[in-house]
Parts: sequence; structure tokens; C-alpha cells
Amino acid sequence: MVAFQGDVSEHVLAMERALGGGGSAVEVRRAGIVPRCNGIVLPGGESTTIAKHLARTGVGDEIRAAARSGVPLMATCAGLIVISQEIVEETRFLPLGLLDVRVVRNAFGSQSESFEANLQVEGFNSPYRAVFIRAPAIVGWDAEVDVLSRIEEIAVAVRGENVMGLAFHPELTGDLRFHEIFLDMI
Amino acid sequence: MQLEELRFGTELLKRGFAKMQKGGVIMDVTTSEQAVIAEEAGAVAVMALQAVPADIRKMGGVARMADPMIIMEIIDSVSIPVMAKVRIGHFAEAQILEAIGVDMIDESEVLTPVDEFHVDKSKFKIPFVCGARNLGEALRRTKEGAAMIRTKGEAGTGDVREAVRHMRMIMGQIRSLKGMTDEELTKVAREIEADYELVLECRDMQRLPVVNFAAGGIATPADASLMMQMGADGVFVGSGIFKSQKPELMASAIVEAVNNYDNPEKLVEISTGLGDPMKGIDAGTLQEGEILQTRGW
Repeated sequence: MVAFQGDVSEHVLAMERALGGGGSAVEVRRAGIVPRCNGIVLPGGESTTIAKHLARTGVGDEIRAAARSGVPLMATCAGLIVISQEIVEETRFLPLGLLDVRVVRNAFGSQSESFEANLQVEGFNSPYRAVFIRAPAIVGWDAEVDVLSRIEEIAVAVRGENVMGLAFHPELTGDLRFHEIFLDMI
Repeated sequence: MQLEELRFGTELLKRGFAKMQKGGVIMDVTTSEQAVIAEEAGAVAVMALQAVPADIRKMGGVARMADPMIIMEIIDSVSIPVMAKVRIGHFAEAQILEAIGVDMIDESEVLTPVDEFHVDKSKFKIPFVCGARNLGEALRRTKEGAAMIRTKGEAGTGDVREAVRHMRMIMGQIRSLKGMTDEELTKVAREIEADYELVLECRDMQRLPVVNFAAGGIATPADASLMMQMGADGVFVGSGIFKSQKPELMASAIVEAVNNYDNPEKLVEISTGLGDPMKGIDAGTLQEGEILQTRGW
């Protein structure tokens, strides 16, 4: 659990519930821990802040190496921005390039445009209640990337070979279906 | 997926926004240049103001919401969330800030209060942060709809002692609820003038129901570390950045200190060579009329 900034404790709680005792979530704030993990989660928060900490501590390089060697990675909201291939009109930081998607930051506007919505998700037999907070949008993706859910023409949940990217916050509702997909990837 | 099924301004969205700020530093800025410096240093949000609290103190007079022009320029200059302050009870200023498109409103004792009642924050789509000195005050604001609480401290002094006192008070009061029976909790709720259900939540979760930041007098990386060790979820730095000798360095250092708050060796490195922090005022020497924390209830 990359724990520099954001709603880390909510992610830890949700993951421990999903694990049900079959593993544990550890908070990572320095280099040397990621190489020993068999799954990586990048929570939501502020992407500019998280990107800065990833670069400064070397944890970003460790995540890149682990994900490229096949370790499963789940990235939500700001995390998705950080691992994307390209951020539209963004010069403040470079993404890690671990998921072949093009994203737009704050795609829906300021906090007053943040919303909850029921999503249709591929493989789910009932709608998924999703919480979008100053959320990014996935506006382009490689043919190898599966789109699991979309709002009109934009994608909000996608999956590459070992990487899942979500524009919303699966840790803020009690619904753990995306966590279960992630754990199945491990 | 139909767009009309979307829901805006829910409690979950407001509290969720506040949670995304955890582990971060929110910095006071008065110009777009300062906002860019804050963003580059790694701030999670900026507070757009006409003047920082230290200058508000010096200027005297009535302190009001900032000119919308200043706020809009700051919104246009950064990608991180922008917050702004309203006077306690001034719901019209809050409506204006919401219409401008700020991400969060600080109903703040730093500005001159207009009412004995605080703003009914549940009526707004965007979240609020409010100051508190103790658990009762924190829970009254939460009940009114605040999505984030911050210590009041004593703004604009650069003296962290009052923030320490307020954080110690809030955390201590929460600890004292442990093991209490429902009858005892009812008595506490009455004594501290807080909603029973919220007091119950504090007992069970052993924390505030909403995100809890430290604010008021934080001026150095060590101050930030101190507040995080006392249980803060993050920190606000008001005058402490742009009243220091080297704002860029101080801003980055405080961001790093929040992340390494429990690592003294790292804090040595972070605290070195920053130039002079803001000069400040010993909060203990303030006259009664100069104290901001007693505004609101």
C-alpha cells in the first residue's frame, strides 16, 4: 500500500477485509519494501504530491520494476494518473507508464462536480456504486487494455495484463468486488 | 449509464474529498505565484487568501472573504484543490465561494465573525473545514456538516503551542471515552454540548468521525512532525511558509516532514539550511482582544 499521502487507512481496511486473514497490507513510505510485496496498491490522494514522493524516495522506480516483472498493481484515482502512459496537457510530472492509457486530470471539474454513480461493470451481475472525487477520465487506451466500465465515451475502470486502473474509489464503499479481482490476479 | 443517475454533494463525497488530503500539507497563498510555489513543493491544496493571518493581525479592521478575482486567478494557476475562507456564520460569502468553484470552504476564526450561529454546512454541495479547540466544538461543527476539522491553534503567530493544546485536548477527550457505558456517554454528550451519536462514534473508533488536521502556528518541519505525532491527519501552514526567509525551501521541507514525521534522522536533513522561519509572536503575550481562537463556540 503506497502510503505517502491520501486515503491510505481506508485502503488498508478495505484490503484487509478482502483478504480475510489470508495476507496483510503493509504501508510503504520508503524504498526497500515494494520488492518484497506480491501486490501493489496506489491509493487516491493528490497526484502531484504522490508523484513527488515517488520520485524523491525511489519507490516509483521500485514499483515500475515490480509491475514490469508481472507483480499485480491496482491504482485508484490519483494512483491511476500516476501509473498511466500519458496525462493530457500535464507538464508538472511524468507518469510511470505502467498502464497503456491516456488520462485527463480533474476531468469532471472541481469538487462541486464530484459525484456518485451506479456503474455497469463487465463481469458483475449487479450495478457497482462508485464514488468519483475530482476524478480523472481515461480518454484513450491501447488495444491490449480491457475496458471494464465506462461513462458514456470515457472509460472509468480498465485492466491490462497485471495492472488495474480505476478512476473512482473502491475503498470508500463497502463493495469489495474490485478488490476481489485484484486478489485473483495475485 | 445515464447522466441523470449521478448524485452530487453527498456526505460521502464531502468526507471523501477531505480523506484525499490526508498525509498532506495545505498552504495559505495570496497570489498565483505563491500558489505555484506551493504546488511545486508538493502541497495537497492551497488556501486562497487576501492576506495571510500574520498580516491580518497587523492590519486590524474587519477581515472578510477574499476578492473573487484573487481566488479565480489562483484556481487558474494550479491543478491541486483550492480552498478559501469565509467569516464564521457568513453563509452568503460561502454561497459566493461555492459559485466561484472552490473545492472546500474554511469557516474561519481568522476572519471577523458575523453571527453566533455557524453556517449550516449541510446545505452546501462542497465540503467545509472548521476550527475546534476541544471535542465538543469539533463535534458541533461535524453535526453542522463539516467534513474536516482542524485545530484552531493561534493563527498568524508562528507559535505552535495553542495547536498543541487543542490537539492534546481533542485526542485526550476521545481517549477518555474508552470503556464508557451508554449512560456515561449521554452525560458527556450533554456536558460537552455535542450530539450523542457522534460521541458514540468517537468512543468506538477512537478518533473523530471526520478528518482531523492541525492548524494555527505551524512554522517549521519540527512543528509539523510534532502535530503528526500527536495524531493529526495532516497540517495547514498559514503564515509559516511565505513569512519565512526562503519560502520554497520551507514549503518543501514541511511537506517532507509530514511524510517523515516519525523519522528523526531524516528530519535532521529536512530541517537543515532552511534560513529563518517566520519571526512570530509568543502566543502567551497576546492581549484578550488579539486572541482569535475564542471566536466561534
